[in-house]
Amino acid sequence: MNSRTSNKQSDRPKGETLVWLSSAGLALGVLMVVFLLGLIIWEGLNVFWPKAVVEVTLKEDSHYKMGELPNLAGVVVKRQKNTRTGLEEWQMLTGNKDAYGAMFKYITREHVISQSFPEDVIVAERMEYGNSIFFPVSLQLRNGSKLTAEDSEFLTRFEQAIKEVRNRYHEIHKLEKNTIGKINREVNALTIKQRLFEREQAEGKTLHEKDLKEVQERLAVLQAEFDVLAAEAKRLRAMQNDEVVEYRLSSGQVRSQPTGDFVGFHLPNQMGLLDKIGFFIRHIWAFLSERPREANTEGGIFPAIFGTFVMTVLMSAAVMPFGVVAAIYLQEYARQGAFVRGVRIAINNLAGVPSIVYGVFGLGFFVYMVGGTIDQLFFSDRLPTATFGTGGILWASLTLAIMTVPVVIVATEEALTAVPRGAREASLACGASKWQTIQRIVLPASAPGILTGLILAMARGAGEVAPLMIVGVVKLAPSLPIDGVFPYFHLERKFMHLGFHIYDLGFQSPDSEAARPMVFATTFLLILLVVVLNLGAILIRNHLRKKYATSTF
Amino acid sequence: MDTAAPPTERPRPIVGENSSDQKFIEIKDFSFYYGEAQALHDLRFDIPEQEVTAFIGPSGCGKSTLLRSINRMNDLIDGIRHDGDIKVNGTSVFDPLTEVISLRKRIGMVFQKSNPFPKSIYENVIYGLRVSGRNKKSELDQIVTESLQGAALWDEVKDRLHESALSLSGGQMQRLCIARAIANQPEVILMDEPCSALDPIATGKIEELIHELKKEFTIVIVTHNMQQAARVSDNTAFFYLGKLIEYSTTETIFFNPADPQTEAYITGRFG
Repeated sequence: MNSRTSNKQSDRPKGETLVWLSSAGLALGVLMVVFLLGLIIWEGLNVFWPKAVVEVTLKEDSHYKMGELPNLAGVVVKRQKNTRTGLEEWQMLTGNKDAYGAMFKYITREHVISQSFPEDVIVAERMEYGNSIFFPVSLQLRNGSKLTAEDSEFLTRFEQAIKEVRNRYHEIHKLEKNTIGKINREVNALTIKQRLFEREQAEGKTLHEKDLKEVQERLAVLQAEFDVLAAEAKRLRAMQNDEVVEYRLSSGQVRSQPTGDFVGFHLPNQMGLLDKIGFFIRHIWAFLSERPREANTEGGIFPAIFGTFVMTVLMSAAVMPFGVVAAIYLQEYARQGAFVRGVRIAINNLAGVPSIVYGVFGLGFFVYMVGGTIDQLFFSDRLPTATFGTGGILWASLTLAIMTVPVVIVATEEALTAVPRGAREASLACGASKWQTIQRIVLPASAPGILTGLILAMARGAGEVAPLMIVGVVKLAPSLPIDGVFPYFHLERKFMHLGFHIYDLGFQSPDSEAARPMVFATTFLLILLVVVLNLGAILIRNHLRKKYATSTF
Repeated sequence: MDTAAPPTERPRPIVGENSSDQKFIEIKDFSFYYGEAQALHDLRFDIPEQEVTAFIGPSGCGKSTLLRSINRMNDLIDGIRHDGDIKVNGTSVFDPLTEVISLRKRIGMVFQKSNPFPKSIYENVIYGLRVSGRNKKSELDQIVTESLQGAALWDEVKDRLHESALSLSGGQMQRLCIARAIANQPEVILMDEPCSALDPIATGKIEELIHELKKEFTIVIVTHNMQQAARVSDNTAFFYLGKLIEYSTTETIFFNPADPQTEAYITGRFG
């Protein structure tokens, strides 16, 4: 033995050559995961980092000229070699989609005579048409006076103006959504009532003259209230256009736009590191907490985060009891034989059914059958408008629960078999019934394993898109599935989902190139959400492991 | 002590057949099958009350199977069947009217590997009471004290009753399992090689405890350790290949065995 180990060549035992292969496999896997995560994190976070704006001067006769001046300001996103001409090419994010017709511009390096980083260039985020990159000219104030860009107060006044319109924007939103929304809901309810009365009256069942009159009176009152509020909203909206900013693009065009069109602005070429970090954090927060704008390519993705979270939690709540109970019967009570073996194989195979099939099943079973029946039984007065008989977060969660139930069953069965026989026997010998033994001894001991199953199920469910598309996910949901309106949980509502959001941004948006960074950011967030949910489950599992440590069994 | 006469007819020597109070556990023509394989062959003998009866024999001789038939722990195994009957204190354990849950409360069991639950010491002791729905605090407290005292564990754990049972040593855990068994106030305690995983000191403590326990309980113990059988038991049954070879007082078995196989086994020539 000693003589062998002293010999370097036989340090590795014979017949262990496959260690290399397996370690290479692992290394490859780790490498791919690191690469993928690195790419997503880098690209995802890069979106929020402010980038310097370069102004290039083009050749006088260049066909890249966008206006009278041969200049073009923008962020150089990519430098690459054109495969056809072999010339260096720059992809510039020039913004000003309303003026240029596109967010991006490819220019050949040869056409660039010089480049500079003008201090006073402004990048402004707008409600529509993406960012604008410009040099300010003047600001037309409400009181009629005009502030030129040379004025030392210009920037602070501009910022103030934007703050004002933002506040007013939120005010308008609140007014329309809450106050007017409340009136609308009541009007809807009354209209349904009115229709019901009228129908019954037409059928000659009962006369509702008095009721109908009441309803109509109430409707008139509501209409009056609505008119007042609508006028107020209109007035506020008009105020958004009171102040106008005039700006010059680097290509020479001079444009003017009301401040109400702007969301915010920054001067990238004047920012220090601290400013940039502040900007970065502010924008990440806005991304997390705001609603999307402009066909989802701008603004935040809060509704999608919230929708994904609620859906995953609902799915877990549905799949856990279902899967665990099924596994308990299968493992503990069913007579082990050919039939149970067949059931087990069927369950394992269910995990391999394409998820879209579950989506179709969910649509047919949950939405049309169950939801349709619920509508007929409880919401018949609202028909033909479907309440539960259309896709919604409840049906989506249940569909995913069905899809992930095999994972939970398999994991639970394994956890149950792993509970040592001694523990069961001890309990039975004390005079516990089989159910008491399962409940008091077996389930606590197998809880960590069951939670592992749940973690796997959550990871699969949260990332699933295909089945959701037909059972309730939408591109833009007007309201969240949980909000402050009675009865607070609106499980019939359609919802937004991060996975679908990625698909929508990447492949369905009008300007996919502009949406690309958002795709990465959203992907990063989806991964983060799954990690957070999993960490939660892992923490619970570790706690249970400690509590029910079975060292002596 | 029972009135054991040296057996004249070899396969089934019987003790205590002449005094009724000695027939606490009656094993009547009992055979046991795992599927097709017969594990026990037509056993017939009686186990007396408030004494220690040891089952000895080489591995696979069926002594554990018989022990686990007394409280029907074998029910957990698929494909078993039996012939004959076992009666404990006059009631048949296999009678359809006998509820296996109440049967197991009457017949406590201590296993080879100590198997406390991952709960506190206190909860371990009263597990049998909890599952019977007895939750009165004062009653439980009293039973915990008595059971732990009965299992000679009270002094060691009285200050940490609510700590995890898994913090105890191996010997303490096994005594905790005994306390758990006696908390149900059973009539019989079955012990399946209770000391095989313990060191000599812990084994000694358990053996002392068995001596104490037989004042109250009827004890049946399976052991591989000849000395232990000789030390703790009043009667000894020797099994070989599923058959009862000899059953008599421990003294007789060890000093004057009637059967040459018994003699060969206890002197260590086979098994």
